[in-house]
Amino acid sequence: MDDLSAARLQMALSLGFHIVFACIGMIMPILMAFSEWKWLRTGKQVYIDIAKAWSKGAAIFFAVGAVSGTVLSFELGLLFPEFMKHAGPIIGMPFSWEGTAFFVEAIALGVFLYGWNRLNKWVHWGSGIVVALAGIMSGIFVVAANAWMNSPKGFDWENGKAIHVDPLAAMFNDAWLQEALHMILAAFIATAFAVAGVHAFLLLKKRKSVFHKTAVQIALSFGVVAAFLQPLSGDFSAKQIANKQPAKFAAMEALYKTSKPADLIIGGIPNEREERVDHAIHIPALLSYLTYGNFNAEVKGLDQFPKDERPPVMVMHFSFQVMAGIGFLLAFTGLLFLLFSLFRKRVLSKRGWLIFISLLTPLGFLAVEAGWTVTEVGRQPWIIYGVMKTKDAVSAMPGLQYSLYAITVIYLLLSVLIFWLLRKQIANVATHYPSARTEND
Amino acid sequence: MLLIIIIILGVSLLLYTLLGGADFGAGIIEIFSGTRGEKTVSKAMAPVWEANHVWLILAIVIIFTGFPTVYATISLYLHIPLMIVLLGIVLRGASFIFRYYDESEDKAHKYFTVFFKISSLVTPVFLGIIIGAMTGGKININQETGFFERFIFPWLNIFCITLGLFSASLFAYIAAIFLVGETSNPAERKRYARLAKIFLITTFSLGLCVFGAAKWEDLHLWKDFISSPLSMITFGIAVLLIPAIFFLFDHPNILYLRAVIGFQVTLILLGWFAIHYPVLVYEKNGNHLDFFTTRAPDATLYQLVIALLVGLVLIIPSFYFLFKVFKKTKD
Ligand code: HDD
Ligand code: HEM
Ligand code: HEM
Repeated sequence: MDDLSAARLQMALSLGFHIVFACIGMIMPILMAFSEWKWLRTGKQVYIDIAKAWSKGAAIFFAVGAVSGTVLSFELGLLFPEFMKHAGPIIGMPFSWEGTAFFVEAIALGVFLYGWNRLNKWVHWGSGIVVALAGIMSGIFVVAANAWMNSPKGFDWENGKAIHVDPLAAMFNDAWLQEALHMILAAFIATAFAVAGVHAFLLLKKRKSVFHKTAVQIALSFGVVAAFLQPLSGDFSAKQIANKQPAKFAAMEALYKTSKPADLIIGGIPNEREERVDHAIHIPALLSYLTYGNFNAEVKGLDQFPKDERPPVMVMHFSFQVMAGIGFLLAFTGLLFLLFSLFRKRVLSKRGWLIFISLLTPLGFLAVEAGWTVTEVGRQPWIIYGVMKTKDAVSAMPGLQYSLYAITVIYLLLSVLIFWLLRKQIANVATHYPSARTEND
Repeated sequence: MLLIIIIILGVSLLLYTLLGGADFGAGIIEIFSGTRGEKTVSKAMAPVWEANHVWLILAIVIIFTGFPTVYATISLYLHIPLMIVLLGIVLRGASFIFRYYDESEDKAHKYFTVFFKISSLVTPVFLGIIIGAMTGGKININQETGFFERFIFPWLNIFCITLGLFSASLFAYIAAIFLVGETSNPAERKRYARLAKIFLITTFSLGLCVFGAAKWEDLHLWKDFISSPLSMITFGIAVLLIPAIFFLFDHPNILYLRAVIGFQVTLILLGWFAIHYPVLVYEKNGNHLDFFTTRAPDATLYQLVIALLVGLVLIIPSFYFLFKVFKKTKD
């Protein structure tokens, strides 16, 4: 394997791994704090049981999130030193704020996870809120740094050097808002549907458990709201990209030829050599409408870009369809949930519905990975869009594939162990929490 | 402005040494105290290790934002030891928390403990090696030379390894002192106190070896040291504190002991810093990277200072709160 591919793969693997924990780290505190708040208000045992059970599982994810995040902050330099040499001062600002947010988060987390019996109830609850806020802030900051790579701003590039650096302008670049919004919603969707899915699965085995039923209810309520908003936010992102990063846009839509009007291409297999998409469904003029609100607008295709400045269409088109497909499926689930809750409450505990919800468990995370693939692969061959190419930034150290192998082995091992530990914890839920055994509250 | 950043960087590294060091050291101590110490170590570390660990992240962020060339240079030429440190950090954090939350005492629990101990030992050794390689003056940026000359020998040498062992020993020493106050069991207290004394002696012997190695390898470090009165004074005081420390072991209030150790470690780091200041990386060709020549543009430093100061205003009281909640000696 050549060093560039190894470095890119390692970056992708490390980020793809970390993002799972980051999402959970941002959203679980909110779910836990919500459940604890219900307990503080109603005094019902089941709410505090849920909050405690979740906090045990979440603790494992927090820890792995923290260590895998540490890996990233070194890896940026280990793999792409030329990039960080120039980008560090420009995007250091979101990273330094992120550092602050991490601190607050880690401290509040210590208080929240280990302070159940040591603190005043409301102070404890407050620490959960602080964890949640700090987690979301850190997510926003780091995504702002990524947005800058896609939409660089706040400096002038002369003779291979950045001058006139303006960190504020760099942080509030053109893409930060769309990415931050979409990311936070994605974290909500992925985490909430996964939690709901796991509890729905357990509910299938223990149909009367109030514990699992309440847990599904809480998680799903959060997931559903976010799922409704996500297609809107995705549409906003797509419109921005069509203007600012047209090569990425053309690749994800698999639009080889500039067209006026442009069809929306659904499914199909991009054929790179012939520059067409086989077996796809074409909806006439819809892409023009979705992008510019006008059925007759021109949309730029890949033919506008030299061959070596196009992202790989296959990966892009496929990932985009996976993300958007899941997005619509989950939004539709939300609609069902709302209708059922409004009209026929009992349907929610029907077997079919529970099976459906438990099948959704991994989908949110799948969409997150697919979405990031769109964003990151869509920037290729650039590491800083239009400014620096990835191949010019990669480390000069030979043998990078060995660090890739090491990281792969360790992350695989950790994934297996986390699954195993979580299963063990779930098996013990009934022994630790009275509400997991009782049938009514 | 630059000065504030340098001070905060120094303070982060100091606090990482003290707090993160105590966490890593606790794993080393467990190698010697066996399963008997597991409960104490787990209970003491669980609520704080994540927060303690953020000092390292802060230091790295300061370096890549404020002194990007330094970050790029060490990431390139010290890739291998840095990668080992990262794997160590991942394995240690994960095995610690897995062990803590794994309720049964089965075989897996034993494996987690083994990983925890090994990574607690290896990581500080390599942290020390990295510091040694930055200051040893062997970073080789000459493209003409071979792989080993560029990517291995600058950090794999007697001086760096001695410094690595010194760091591990220092961390174990800090941890042992810290653990003395974390248990109310007299036998256990005694065991930790004994280990603390042993590691105190080891640490100072290894410290001498570090300078011995520097002289033997004819590093500029030695000459810089003997011409830096500030470091001679701080190292001198650090050594003079040793009898006081032995005396304080018998004092009922552990806080005195902790304070003196904190002061001693501060002196050691300060002395080390003073030898090199303002240089961060010495290259083999005689060049060096220092705070002034590698600094980021003023606009960046300005924003960095704001973020750091706001951060500290938030962090210091909350750290205090965290320790107050968990570190009032219990039972
Ligand atoms: C649960 C996860 C999830 C779901 C259901 C969706 N997305 Fe998404 N999407 C993400 C999770 C995500 C992400 C992983 O979080 C990304 C990567 C970068 C970002 O900001 O968000 C992303 C990026 C991303 C981008 C690229 C943004 C950029 O490069 O700046 C576009 C155009 C869309 N999405 C569009 C959509 C559309 C039209 C959806 C239709 C429903 C959709 N997303 C659902
Ligand atoms: C956490 C979610 C993220 C995922 C899943 C992700 C995924 C990826 C993938 C798949 C690549 C490889 C692209 C390729 O080479 O074809 C990549 C590259 C990269 N990403 Fe991300 N990314 C994420 C977030 C971020 C963030 C927040 C940053 C920066 C602040 C970032 C910085 C980079 C860098 C520096 C590279 C290497 C250069 C390149 O290939 O362009 N990523 N990422
Ligand atoms: C979209 C991408 C990312 C998001 C949304 C994100 C968000 C988060 C969140 C919420 C946490 C806390 C998680 C927890 O404690 O479990 C976290 C941890 C961490 N992340 Fe990320 N992150 C992303 C990518 C990155 C990147 C690219 C880096 C480094 C350059 C990074 C560095 C870190 C570090 C150092 C930690 C550990 C903090 C601690 O010790 O508490 N993250 N991240």
